[in-house]
Order: sequence, then structure tokens, then C-alpha cells
Amino acid sequence: MTTQEITKVQELIYTTRVETVMATNVVVVDPSMTMGEVKRLMQEKRISGAPVMRGDTMVGIVSMTDVLDVTEQGLLGDPVTRHMTREVKTILKDSSVLEAVSNLDRQGFARLPVVDQNGRLVGIVTTGTMIRALLREMDISFQKKEAEKLQSYRARHIFQDIVSDDTSVILRFVVAEKDFDNAGKAASAIKKSLQRLGVIPSIVRRVAVAVYEAEMNLVIHTDVGGVITVDVRSRRIKINAVDHGPGIEDVVKVLQPGYSTAPEWIRDMGFGAGMGLANIKRCADVMKLLSGPGSGTRLDIEFLLDNDGSGGRMDASKKT
Amino acid sequence: MTIREVIEVLSGQILVDNHELDNDVPMGGAADLMSDVLAFGTEGMVLMTGLTNPQTVRTAEMAGIEVVVFVRDKTPPPETIALARDLGITLIRTGYTMYEACGRLYNAGLPGRGLVKIENNSW
Repeated sequence: MTTQEITKVQELIYTTRVETVMATNVVVVDPSMTMGEVKRLMQEKRISGAPVMRGDTMVGIVSMTDVLDVTEQGLLGDPVTRHMTREVKTILKDSSVLEAVSNLDRQGFARLPVVDQNGRLVGIVTTGTMIRALLREMDISFQKKEAEKLQSYRARHIFQDIVSDDTSVILRFVVAEKDFDNAGKAASAIKKSLQRLGVIPSIVRRVAVAVYEAEMNLVIHTDVGGVITVDVRSRRIKINAVDHGPGIEDVVKVLQPGYSTAPEWIRDMGFGAGMGLANIKRCADVMKLLSGPGSGTRLDIEFLLDNDGSGGRMDASKKT
Repeated sequence: MTIREVIEVLSGQILVDNHELDNDVPMGGAADLMSDVLAFGTEGMVLMTGLTNPQTVRTAEMAGIEVVVFVRDKTPPPETIALARDLGITLIRTGYTMYEACGRLYNAGLPGRGLVKIENNSW
């Protein structure tokens, strides 16, 4: 088990309530039963202990150990009330599993009857019921994570598995003009792909924001759409957004925060505040904007993956 | 502050439930301009907004925001709800205005990101 998995178990122990890890079909023993009858009941139900109930009141608890003791002494005909444990340690259904574990462990109880606020018996918890429930909880959360991990594991190794002097993975996206419903899909796909390729989260976020702004620009300002190309290499990511739209009158002005040529309906949608290119520039390590009226626009941005020494480079050597 | 407390303070209602209510949110922010969210949004913050189109959810995804609160009891269109479900983003609705929603949360101890400086690569 890795450290991460242990943490998950700890988290479950702290956050899961006894209610979810208890058995609810509690086998109970009537005070009128003999130890012999209790023995047969336990064998039949394959249990190692049971609360002794007079109506709704718990008067004791009897375990397989008690049964073994009386068997040795030849006292199987005795009533259960003579050999049961009278002081029963119970646990509230809202308690944490941690509390149950510490009671079972340190105090040497093999089972704890679970009661609600009114003291009514609602279940029973043993090491076995807890382990089964915790494993089930872990299994559910692991299956989800494993699937994602496997995909990113495969993708992350591409820079080691494929041998060349300089390997690159190229992603291309066609962005339609004025299609607000699908705007952002390219940025979303790029974000997911970079996560799978093992790029560190802070850089993924910068790329996602910059590409999203660039994508919105294609949607808002062009009349023919455009193409976004992402070139991922082991040490840097190069992205360009190219369109054959109307072009930009003044490439210096559009870089000023707050300068916008967006129409009113775009502003109503929360965009076109004139922050887009400024925001892209802020996210990227390198940015170049080439455009002229009537000649389309080309935006080149670049992200360096290991310029700050913080290990931004894709790390394929780490085994997960 | 936990998501549960955010909902209590705002007398809010969950529209899309993608998180444990006991999860912590470190800070809050508010904007109707999505570019502002992209520029000043902080990973993990709660975003208060009056904008309900699907791009609000997209913007949250890009900025690493997982909880969005719609103010003035605005109900987002079905596309927004569907996208949030897909992307694992929790949506909450409150009857308070933007001003009051922010004020109540700030008062209850949910901080903002402080003075903002625009610099290159200041993430």
C-alpha cells in the first residue's frame, strides 16, 4: 500500500460513521435461552456473539468464548443470564469509525452493539463488518481513480516510450465562429490532455486560461472560425491560434487591458471586457501576435516547462 | 469555511451537487465578467456571479473553481446545469444580491484574495 492509500483509509476511519459500517440484521438472544441453545444459534447463524434482549432492553451480551467456557465445565444447560456479560459497552450510531476501532482494539471488545440516541439497538459492529464496509468504500473511490491514473500513466510515458531526438505530441482543434455553445471545448480538452501527459497543475492552469481566452477570441471576433494547434514537447508547450478573419487594426492597442472591440451581445455574456490578450500575455512565458487588417491573425504562445527549476518538466520516471 | 456553511450563510439551495458538503473552500470571489474570473480567480475559491450561461461553468473549469453561486435567485438554463454535472462543478443558488451574498460570506469569515497586482506570470 502506498502512503496515499493509507491516508485514504485514515480519512475513511475519521469521516465514516459507525452507522455505515455496522451489520443491521442483528441476531439476538432471549434471556430464557440456555447456553446450549445459544451455542446452536451461533453455529447456525455463524456468529461469534449476540446481545441478550428482554423485549427492547439489552440485558447483556454473550460470546463464543462464554459458550466454550461452559462447554468445558459441562454447564450447557444453564440459562444464558448466568454466564453473559452484564455490563455491555455500546456505541452510538453517529460515532466515528475511529471511536469504534479504539473501543474494539484497546478495550478488548470483539463486538459493539450500536444504539441510537434513545438507546435502542440498531445494529452491531465487529472488526469484520468494519473491514468489509471500509474495503467497499475504498473500492468505489479507487476504481474511479485507477481508470484516470491508467490513462495518464500511459500518456505520460510517451516521451520515454517513443524514441526520437525531439518527440512532440500535436493536438489540433477547429473552432467555429459565433458558436457560443461549444466555445471552451478545445480549452477543456487541452486541459485534460495536459493533465494526462503529466504536466504540473500550475502550468496546466495557465495554459487552460490562455487557450480559453484565445478560443473565445476566435469565436467572438472571426467570421470564419480558426484552428488551435498545441505542440507538447518534453520541455515546452507551443500553442498557436490561427484564423483568416478580419485581422486586427492596431496590434499595440489590443494588448492594452480594457481595450475592446467586442459587440454588445458578447459583453452581455460576460466576455469582451478587453482583458483577453492581456490575460494570455500574463499566463504565457512567450507571446507573439501577428495580424493586419484583412490578413487574418496568428497568435503564438509558449510555456516553458522547466525554466523555474521546480520540476515543471514532465516526469515520466516516477512510478505511480 | 465548508460548503455546508456557505449554503447556510446564504440560505442557499444546491442545484448541482458534486462535492462533499464538509469540504473546505479557502476563499471567495465575485464577478460578472468572465475575463476577470480568469485573471483574478484563485484555485478552489467560491465564485459568486449573476451570469448563468454555460460559459460561466467553462470559465470555472479553466480557473480551477469548483463551487459557483448564482446570486439574485437566478436559475441557470439546462445547458449550464448539464455542463456542471459533466465537469464536476457544484452549483448553488441564493436569493441575496451579489453585494449581500459577498458581505454575508465575508462577515462569516470567508476571506478574499486581498490586493490584486497585475504582473506577468503572477499566478
